[in-house]
Formats: sequence, structure tokens, C-alpha cells
Amino acid sequence: MKRILVPGHGFLNSADQREIMAFARNGATRRDVLRGLVAAGIGAGVAGTVLSSVTRAYAETPKKGGTLRVAGGVSSNADTLDPAVFGNSTDYSRGFMFYNGLTTLDSKLAAQPGLASSWDHDGTSKVWTFKLRDDVRFHDGKGFSAQDAVYSLLRHKDPNVGSKANVISGQIESARAASPTELEITLVAGNADLPVLLGTPHFLIIQDGQTDFAKPVGTGPYKVEEFTPGVRSLAVRNEDYWKDGQPYLDAIEFFGLSEENARLNALLSGDVQLTTTINPRSIPQLEANPDMRLFETKGGTYTDMIMRQDSQPTGNADFVLGMKYLMNRQLVRNSVFREYAVIANDHPIDPTNPFFAADLPQRPYDPEKAKFHFEKAGVLGTTIPMVVSETARASIEIGTIMQQDAADLGLNIELQRVPIDGYWSNYWMKVPLGFGTLTPRPTADMMLSLLYKSDAAWNEAGWKNEKFDQLLLAARVEADFDKRRQMYADMQYLIHEFGGTAIPTFYSNLDAHHASLKGLVPIPTGNMMGYNFAEHVWLEA
Amino acid sequence: MDGLIIRLIAQRIGLTIIILFIVATLVFFTTSVLPGDAAQAILGQYATQETVDGLRQTLGLDRPIPVRYVEWLGGMLTGDAGNSLVNKLPVFEIIGSRMPNTLFLGALTAAIAVPLALFLGVSAAIWRGSIYDRLTSTLAVLGMSTPEFFVATLAVLIFSVQLGWLPALANLNTAQDFWGVLRVLAMPIAILSFVVVAQMARMTRAALLSAMQSSYVEMATLKGASRLRIVLRHAFPNALGPILNSAALALNSLLSGVIFVEIIFNYPGVAKLMVDAVSTRDLPLVQACAMIFCAGYLLLVTVADVAAILANPRLRTGGAK
Repeated sequence: MKRILVPGHGFLNSADQREIMAFARNGATRRDVLRGLVAAGIGAGVAGTVLSSVTRAYAETPKKGGTLRVAGGVSSNADTLDPAVFGNSTDYSRGFMFYNGLTTLDSKLAAQPGLASSWDHDGTSKVWTFKLRDDVRFHDGKGFSAQDAVYSLLRHKDPNVGSKANVISGQIESARAASPTELEITLVAGNADLPVLLGTPHFLIIQDGQTDFAKPVGTGPYKVEEFTPGVRSLAVRNEDYWKDGQPYLDAIEFFGLSEENARLNALLSGDVQLTTTINPRSIPQLEANPDMRLFETKGGTYTDMIMRQDSQPTGNADFVLGMKYLMNRQLVRNSVFREYAVIANDHPIDPTNPFFAADLPQRPYDPEKAKFHFEKAGVLGTTIPMVVSETARASIEIGTIMQQDAADLGLNIELQRVPIDGYWSNYWMKVPLGFGTLTPRPTADMMLSLLYKSDAAWNEAGWKNEKFDQLLLAARVEADFDKRRQMYADMQYLIHEFGGTAIPTFYSNLDAHHASLKGLVPIPTGNMMGYNFAEHVWLEA
Repeated sequence: MDGLIIRLIAQRIGLTIIILFIVATLVFFTTSVLPGDAAQAILGQYATQETVDGLRQTLGLDRPIPVRYVEWLGGMLTGDAGNSLVNKLPVFEIIGSRMPNTLFLGALTAAIAVPLALFLGVSAAIWRGSIYDRLTSTLAVLGMSTPEFFVATLAVLIFSVQLGWLPALANLNTAQDFWGVLRVLAMPIAILSFVVVAQMARMTRAALLSAMQSSYVEMATLKGASRLRIVLRHAFPNALGPILNSAALALNSLLSGVIFVEIIFNYPGVAKLMVDAVSTRDLPLVQACAMIFCAGYLLLVTVADVAAILANPRLRTGGAK
């Protein structure tokens, strides 16, 4: 949700904001709203300012023109415009400037039409037909047709391309152009999520035969004017864009600043109007400046504690449960993430996901139960090393909280802080007790297949559960939504109860921008509208 | 006599080449023992043993280090530093696109810092012991002992974030004209100059004052020459060797300062390229950058040495008796 800053009051909390918007939508008079605000505990003095801030934030008609400068979070000479090898948020953001996907993802993570105007399947989600738009042109004037889509999809299967989506594309058996405006995709096995998958950055559509990505042509809202890896990209408006009236900006200059402080300074000094990945501890600095806005995207990013099932004592079921009960989620949410997080329940499906199991009871913070399980596991009085690192976000803080709580019970956790360099190859999934950081995948199936299937590449805890594997495969092809939801709920229960990972919170992605930038709407796949801000935002003079 | 100078200079250059070779070896082996490699850095969290092994083979990282060292050294000698492991472009092409930026920043800094430092150093020597002298000396010590990254961060907070006078990033694309360029580069130049000026002004003053202790200055004083004339006419030419030496050393500190400045102001120069290359473990790029920085350092030192030889008759004749 867009956070609204009220001068002299700070950012509105989201509950207040929702209430005010509900008021405003129901056609209440100004006097009613003011009364409601005062009743809600906002001082009469600031209530007027609150109201005008809210009204301003929601009275928006796009304006054309202007150059937007954006500081992304990462940059190196590995930056690329080849969708297949996109590696990070900087690449994704550029991808959505220059290309389109067959579908795009909305704020509920459902697939909406993109280059494909509609789609259908054979009833088993195995053979899919996508109807493509016939009014789309590439930046070089060539018309877009099904052959471009076929090329874009099938190249992921070519090992020489080195695609990051190589494994996922293994699900595609074949793709062919049934006609210039009709794409037929046959999957190895049914997958009801295919349209969502095709809305992700790696599956953006390039021109048939494109192999050189120094200055590629796409169908996207902006053309590549300049691109220097590790330095910057300059995108200029595509005058012939197929979406009416869009994009709004004349140009976007995008570069990466890996230091959070540098990004914040660049924003505060007016060098950029939008920046990303803001640490919650920087919020007071933003609040002190009335021209700055915080942009919160609730989503499924999380840091989890990993207990390897193939080591001892981390493989002991009682040790695992003890650690889960010892995790003070409330404290992690409030002190580490300053409330820009929601409490998680030891499974990786977050509340924005349509398959989130809302009726699974929340695991409480319960040192007594933790002690009971630790006693059963026979670990009290022993010393257990726990590996933390700056790169597994907030793991140092979470580890410290756990260490203190464990010490009270008589379990000695020895924190081992290791460098960022090589963490993911040398420590992650290798040490018995450590941490991982995961960004959400757009579907529950992708998330669970990647992280919890017995033979999953990123099975962090080395957890094996036959029942879970069966459910996962069955849910993938199930077309009935309610049955499917029940299956996903069962899988979440299995992970919650038996899995080797403890997940304290899902934290929000925080971006910050100048008040003159409008049009941002949260999309839970990531920062800055799921990296797809370019065609949606505009600058007020 | 001229033959002697040429021989001395040739000796210096020969020494420089030997040092360069030793440094090249050190650079190669120290960067090779950095934890992790390009394959792991490229794949990051996506790394599995198979993909890492595959990529290592593609990048040629699976071959023994001594073999790669010989190949690399051979390449460097023939002017080919290889290709970047990350984006496959020739290393010298990547560096070539960034070098002008760094040289531009360095040249502007030198053009401002060196005259300023000379002025401060000489004037402090002329008015030795005055309040002005003590003030400049104190400031110089302060300037030398404050790290660049601290000054830079503080300056950004004050001049960009609080006052809003200067941009926080050195983005040359936002500059419309020459004054725009100066505005964009004002803080980077000022911060780089900080240490250069402080160091050089102190050395200049010290060199002049030590020349002032000599008997010919005493003679000039007895003759009744003014202090200004003594410093400029008698002491300065004799102190020129040490002053040039200090200038070269001070400009060398610019080479290290430029790393912080390019990072903090996001200036697309070679130093930032090198730091990025370290984080992606793009070793050919790191090694080439390190060699260039080292060569720049040695070049400056050699120039200083040669200048000192030319300026000092005693060095010219092969040592004082």
C-alpha cells in the first residue's frame, strides 16, 4: 500500500489509512471524515492535514513528459539486457522497460493479458493456446508474431544460452506458431500456472533470432537509447507503443547504487526521484522530509532459520520444534523490521498468495514448550553453533534474539558471523544451523517445488516427505480451485509441523520516491511494482 | 655528463620494469586466492555443483593456476589482458571506456590541487612561525589524517542532503555545459584535493625550510636580501627536487582516494570498475586494473626520481661526497 506522510504527524499507519480511504470512497462529507479521524485518535489539529494529504495522494490523472532518474539496488558489468540470463532486480527493471511478456502479473499475482490477449487450455492444463495481439510492433518497425514468442520461449531450453529459467523451461515440451497470432504450447505435464509463469521477467519476449543484446529491440514501452553494463541505461519513450497513452515519461535513466546510504542520499538531494530497497532504520530520515514518500510492497520475501535434517542435533524433530517455539516473531517484526513485516507461520506461502492457508493456527512464542522439546532432544547444557551473515538479511539480528532466549533456557547458541563473500556457495544449505533469504516466486507451486520437494535444488533443510511430494504433483495439475487450495493447505501444514525451516516473518519491500512521482501500485513479486514501474508511473510538475 | 644522466634514468626505468613484474606476479596470485570465483559469483544463490563446474569449465577456471599465470603474463606482455569473465568483452576495451573519466577527474584535481598546495607551502615558509603558518600546518595535519571516505560522506550529508547545493552523485549526464560539469564534479574534486593539498603543502614547506638552514641562505640573509627573495630565489630552486618528489607522492595518494570518491559519488571510472570486478570475481579485469594503478604509481615515482636527479647536481654526479 502507498504510505501517506502527513506533515507534522509522520506516516499514517496502514489501518488508519484504510479507514480514511473507505470513508472517502463511501462519499462521506469532509466533516464526517474529520470526525472519524478524531475518533480514531488523530489529534483535531492534524486531522485536516491528514485529510488533504490523503485526498492529494488519490486524486491522480497521469501527466505526460519528464525524465525519471532511478537508482536501483545493484549494478556491475554483469548487467545484461538478455532476459534469459537476467540475474537481479536491475536487470528485471530494465527488462520491463524494453520488452513485454505474453502476460503481466497484477497485484493479486493473477495473469493479465500482455502480448497475448487471451488464452485457453485443453482441460488438463497440458496443451495451451495463446491468442496474440496483431497490432504490436518491435522498436525497429517489424510486426510481432507468434514466431517471436516461440523463439523467446524455446531458447531457454538451449544449454548454450545459459538461461536462468532452464529448469523451469524443462516443463515445456514444445511450442509452435499455429498461425501468426496463435501460439500453441505443449507441456510435459499439466500446469495450471503457465500464464503466471509467462509473466515473469525471464520469459519476456524478444525478436525472433535475436542473439546480440548490446542494444536490442523489443516491443516494450521504451527504446534502448544507451546501455553500458555497470554504468547506466537510458530509455526513451516508444512513440508507437501498443498501449494507448502509455508510457507517460519521455525518458528513464537507470543506474545501480549498491550502498543503501548512497541511494538514500541521492534521493534526498534530488539526484534521483525513485530508489529501492530501503532499510527500515532509514525511515525516520524520510519522514523528516515532507517531499519524500515511502512505498511499501507487502510480499513473500523472508529470511528463514535452516535446520539441516541430515545433521545432529538439528535433524532431531524435538530440537526443530523447540527452535520454532523459541522464535519470538513479534519481536522480530517490531524491532528488526519496524513493523514493515507480517508474522509468518513456518511455511513459505505468504498472505498475499491466493493459496495461503489462513486457518492454520499461528505458532506462538512459547519458551516453556521450547524448553520441553529441548529437554526431550537432550540439548540443554550443550553448545550449538549458528552461522549468520549480513547477506542473509536480518539473520544477525534474528540470531542474536534467539541466542539470548536460548541462553535463558540453558541452551548455548554460539553465533558465527561469516562474510558476505561466498556465503551462498560455502555456508547456505551446508551448515547444520544457518539462515537463508528467499524472494517469492509468483506461484505456490514454484515456491514449493523449488524449496521443499524432496529432490528440490534448494531444499534448504534437506527435508524429505513422501506425502508432500505426492500432494505437490497432484496440485500442479488440479484444475478445480477449491480442491487445489485444500492440497496447498495440507502441504503448508506439513512444512509448518515437520519441515526443517523456521520462518519468523515475511517482510515488506520498501522503496522511496519523491512526491512528484505518481502511479506506483504494489505488486508482490518485488520492489518497484514487481520491477514493472516503467510504463505505469508519471511525474507531476 | 649527459651520458651519466641517461644511464641513471635507464637504471630507474629498468628497476620500474622489474618491480612491475614482481607486482604482476603478486597481483595474480593474491587475487587467485580470494575466496570464491567468478563461477560462484555469477551464479550466486542459483549455484549448484553441476552448474558451477560447467561454468568453471567454460570460463577456463578449472585449469591449474600456474598454467593460467603463464598465459596471463604472456598476454599482458603482448598487450592482451584477455576477456572479462562476466560479460566476455576484451578487458582493455572495458577499461578504455572508463579510463577517460578517471583521467579527467584526476587531471582536474591535479590542476587545482598542485598550484594551491605550492602556494600554501611557499607562503607558509615565507611567513614561518606566523599565525598563518600555524593555521595552515594544523589544517594540513588535519586534512592528511582524515580519511577520504569520511570527508566525502560528511560533505554529501551537508552540501547535498541538508543544503541541497550540490548533487550527491557525480552524474555527468545531468551537466548541460562546462559550469554544469564543474558543479557535478565540485565535491569529488574538492575531496580528492583535500589530501593532495595537505600532504604536498606540508612537504613543500618542510623542503623549503630545510633549504633555509643552509649556509648560502645565511649568506643571502647577511647580504640583506628580503625574506621573499631568499625563499623564491635561493631556497626554492634547491628544494625543487624534494618538492617534485612530494608532488608525485601526493598525486599517488590521489590514486587511492579516487577509489572512495568514485564509489561514493557513483562516478563511472576505472576505480569503481575495479571494485565492481572484485565483487563479481572478474579476475582478468581486477588484475588489469591493479596493473594499471600500479603502473601509474611507478610512473609518478619514476618521474619524481628523474626530476630529483635533474634538479640536484649532487645526485647527478652519483652521490654526495
